[in-house]
Amino acid sequence: MDTLPAEGLLASSWLLIALPLAGAAVLLLGGRRTDRWGHLLGTATVVASFVLGLLCTFQLAGLEEKSAGVDLFTFISAGDLDVRAGLLYDPLSAMFVLLITGVGSLIHIYSIGYMAHDPGRRRFFAYLNLFIAAMLLLVLGNSFVALYVGWEGVGLASYLLIAFWYTRPAAATAAKKAFIMNRVGDVGLALAIFLMFSQLGTTSYEGVFGGVGTLAGGTITALGLLLLLGACGKSGQFPLQAWLPDAMEGPTPVSALIHAATMVTAGVYLIARSAPIYDLTETARTVVMLIGALTLLIGAIAGCAYDDIKKVLAYSTVSQIGYMFLAVGLGPVGYVAGLAHLLAHGFFKAGLFLGAGSVMHAMDDQVDMRRFGGLWKKLPVTFVTFGLGYLALIGFPFLSGYFTKDAIIEATFDRGDTLGYATGGIAVLAAGLTAFYMTRLMFMTFFGRARWEDGVHPHESPSVMTVPMIVLAIGSVFSGALLVSFFPLSDWLEPVFGEPEEAEHVIAPLTIGIALTVVMLIGVFLAWLFVGRREVPVTAPVRVSPVTRAARKALYADTINESLFMRPGQWLTRALVFFDNRGVDGAVNGLAATLGGSSSRLGRAQTGFVRTYALGMLGGAVLVAGALLAVTAG
Amino acid sequence: MNSFPFLLVMIALPAVGAAVVAALPRGRDLLAKQLSLGISLVVLLLAVLATVAFDTGGDRFQLTTEFAWIPDFGVQIALGVDGIALVMLLLIGVLVPVVVGASWRDEFPGRSMKAYFAWLMLLEAMMVGVFASTDIFLFYVFFEAMLVPMYFIIGSFGGPRRQYAAVKFFLYSLVGGLIMLAAVIGLYVVSASQLGEGTFAFDALRQLEITPGVQKLLFLGFFVAFAIKAPLVPFHTWLPDSGSEAPIGGAVLLVGVLDKVGTFGFLRYCLPLFPDASRYFAPYVLVLAVAGILYAALLAMGQSDMKRLVSYTSISHFGFIALGIFAFTTEAATGAVLYMVNHGIATGLLFVVVGMLIARGGSRQIRDYGGVAAKAPILAGVFLLAGLASLALPGTNSFVSEFLVLIGSFPSQPVFTIIATVGIILAALYILLMYQRTMQGPPAGVLMVEDDDEPVPSDGGSTAVLTAPRRTLRVLDLDRRELSVVAPLVALIIVLGVYPQPLLNLIEPAVSATMSDLGGSDR
Repeated sequence: MDTLPAEGLLASSWLLIALPLAGAAVLLLGGRRTDRWGHLLGTATVVASFVLGLLCTFQLAGLEEKSAGVDLFTFISAGDLDVRAGLLYDPLSAMFVLLITGVGSLIHIYSIGYMAHDPGRRRFFAYLNLFIAAMLLLVLGNSFVALYVGWEGVGLASYLLIAFWYTRPAAATAAKKAFIMNRVGDVGLALAIFLMFSQLGTTSYEGVFGGVGTLAGGTITALGLLLLLGACGKSGQFPLQAWLPDAMEGPTPVSALIHAATMVTAGVYLIARSAPIYDLTETARTVVMLIGALTLLIGAIAGCAYDDIKKVLAYSTVSQIGYMFLAVGLGPVGYVAGLAHLLAHGFFKAGLFLGAGSVMHAMDDQVDMRRFGGLWKKLPVTFVTFGLGYLALIGFPFLSGYFTKDAIIEATFDRGDTLGYATGGIAVLAAGLTAFYMTRLMFMTFFGRARWEDGVHPHESPSVMTVPMIVLAIGSVFSGALLVSFFPLSDWLEPVFGEPEEAEHVIAPLTIGIALTVVMLIGVFLAWLFVGRREVPVTAPVRVSPVTRAARKALYADTINESLFMRPGQWLTRALVFFDNRGVDGAVNGLAATLGGSSSRLGRAQTGFVRTYALGMLGGAVLVAGALLAVTAG
Repeated sequence: MNSFPFLLVMIALPAVGAAVVAALPRGRDLLAKQLSLGISLVVLLLAVLATVAFDTGGDRFQLTTEFAWIPDFGVQIALGVDGIALVMLLLIGVLVPVVVGASWRDEFPGRSMKAYFAWLMLLEAMMVGVFASTDIFLFYVFFEAMLVPMYFIIGSFGGPRRQYAAVKFFLYSLVGGLIMLAAVIGLYVVSASQLGEGTFAFDALRQLEITPGVQKLLFLGFFVAFAIKAPLVPFHTWLPDSGSEAPIGGAVLLVGVLDKVGTFGFLRYCLPLFPDASRYFAPYVLVLAVAGILYAALLAMGQSDMKRLVSYTSISHFGFIALGIFAFTTEAATGAVLYMVNHGIATGLLFVVVGMLIARGGSRQIRDYGGVAAKAPILAGVFLLAGLASLALPGTNSFVSEFLVLIGSFPSQPVFTIIATVGIILAALYILLMYQRTMQGPPAGVLMVEDDDEPVPSDGGSTAVLTAPRRTLRVLDLDRRELSVVAPLVALIIVLGVYPQPLLNLIEPAVSATMSDLGGSDR
């Protein structure tokens, strides 16, 4: 498909990025002067971007060639490297633009209420705007370098927002951890870009995808694996998943927007965008599937054990993105399924987080579900919207998750090989676990006896918060059916991924649908059995099985990271500091002492200087004179 | 316009200014500061005008001025700049006024302020000279003479261990300089035997056909001097002492400009004059460069003194610059030159803002601070931005240069590049660790004061716990002077991060010329 220069409104699509960026700049540079109206400006820029994004997408839909390029300026040009700053508006980027600005607008509106009493509200909206701008650059850039700039930009926004309450040591540490683990992934992405330049002489999508077919198989696989490392960092996939649950230290709207709906799905975007590369490497695709399958299981297991409502949702996000990775790892048959799940997840997970925020808002920022209970009566709107998101997530028939998760599992089994059955089986099992941990969350939060701490008087949130929750709940209910049946995403994305193949089903879709529903019901039943019908203790039981203990530690991911990297790193650093002070410096000083007693002069600095200097000058002068004499004489 | 002797004026003006400032009567400190600021701003203006007059498609060396100095030995006062030297002059032009502004309120008990500013002016003259020389003997003279003002800046106006640091700085540089002098004379001897008449002119020396054996010896002579100056590991141990003991202004110029003479020297002298030797020694240099990136980054993490930490980060960054130069590709070397400029700006800002924090708390130790962002958000914001530029976040100037160095080195040196890339993770660690410990977390450290406003408990204070006064963090945010000092660097970090091309257009032709001296780019 050819990319044509954008005309009309599409030519101004850079404004999509510029608007929120300008918002962030005004709020950060304006200082306290902007305190009073900063949140309104911050929301307005994102809503404006959303409207513009809608108009651009309508225009794109009417084009013959559904791919519009905007060339802006030379970013970096030296030698053979020529990186131009430019945008690519095609169905894939359009889909993300609408998700980012749409959900982004809702969450900005919600935050007006959620952050109303926070002294740092202006700063909060500035960072959120910065995030929207960077995320839009990530999905709109027309080269891997532009993507990388957006990629690290969202990393910065994520860092700033996780550490928003930076006086809390836990928040500051979580932010740093997120940034570092992301950087590990970023190294992979950076190396992939270096490899592209060295092999193809370009980093633009057009150039790379056009030339990738000429490369050796090993090189393509290396590209696929390096990009995957980047994707794993950003999307919290194994082995770089441990930062995402800690990121919940940030304000809850941040968790909803960045750490659920948009930024963490950037890895899925990267792989889908790089489809022309992955299409040529079976090995890399298999690794993507395995990572996805492994992570979706890890996330689901850990989600069962936590008592912190946001951590449960965070592990759920880890797990659901695992499903998306599994899907895009399938290749052409899976891209659309993965992206449909991404959109549906964007709705229901954002809604669930906003609901959790509403609960925390009512409970004086309590996150321990053992301190909730019986809230459905006090928070009716939150309960209903959260409930719908819950049903969508666990795949209740005909809600969004049912369609999109189903499609992924179907496509996985359709591979018809061992890998397909194994990963598909894991996905089904994890669907049951999902139903279990989410039902457990529902019971502990909304049902049962009230276990509130003294002095807590829950109240429903103001409408500026509940309206976004309602809108997202509607999306959670209908988006699946819409994307699969009425307005098929596969048709919209056809210009990007090509005509969808007619699938040959190994197992009839109806069988899978029924099986998944049964597994889901078992999960719900088990949650009732272990949690719902019993009294929930206010403190977590200590004497539990090794499985529970492992799950509470998220399968020891942090422990492994700490003992493998952090502690050896600290020892190494300490040893090197000692070595540098005593070893290298000592050796040089010692050498100097042996050669000319300079070391002792170092000690007696004052007098040493004059003598050394004079000696040096004299030595130099003698050398010069001697040499010049020799030259002129000779 | 082309006949205006920009370079000569840019050397003479601050040199004369130094004499005038030094000759001011006692007690005229304010006038000394104003004069210094005025002169340094004029030099900046001249640097900008020189850039306008410079034709990127023109001769390699432009704005030339030449006249005989010691005709018997062919020594000339020969000045001229290529794009590489020119961007360094721009960097000097920007940094010196910033340093003057940043030092405005400094006080050195028992020391004369005007002496400090006089040394600064003299240093500026020497720094311009070292980059603008096209006669290698003149270069050597500036290279050595530059030590004197910096020696006094560290030794007279530095921290508690300033004497030790100053002498160490001086000895290291002097040893390197003398080895280089031997090589300079060697070059002269070779030129005399080949051309019939000895010369120090760079353009003439470039044409020499030097046998590989001699090339290796001469290369090493220059290399050691530049490796000490840059500094590359293991020649680096003087820098943390100098960088931490120097007053902030000195530290900015030391790390921002003086050290770049080393990497500039690699590119200007080692590669074009000794191409065969450069290729022969490149693998060894690359080992030092990449080992230095990781080694110094790990050491930076282990530092408890902020100024030492920043010094170590610079050593790590110099490894990237050396990698870019010795990868022998146009892209990487262009990136390396841009890196020299960007590092001066970013690390300059980091030093300045660390200095502002130290000025408030009186301690260089990280553990003496905590939670400063709560009371000084602008200070914290600038600190973070400087840090982000140091870790080469996209959108800041340093990203462009680091990216160019790495992507340019990868085709010719994939293994070294892959190892070097680990450095970008370590950079995030040392910056964010320092930021977290000083700016984030609960308020703590030397800036805590007893809160006078807190009412005393009315029950008579029966227990010690009840009567213990509450402590709060008291720290002023950046004032107008400080804002105007950091603002230009902040603006440059962002502008050059988004639109670096004007600088790249200046640098690239000179780098291409260097690569053709070397026998072509390796890509």
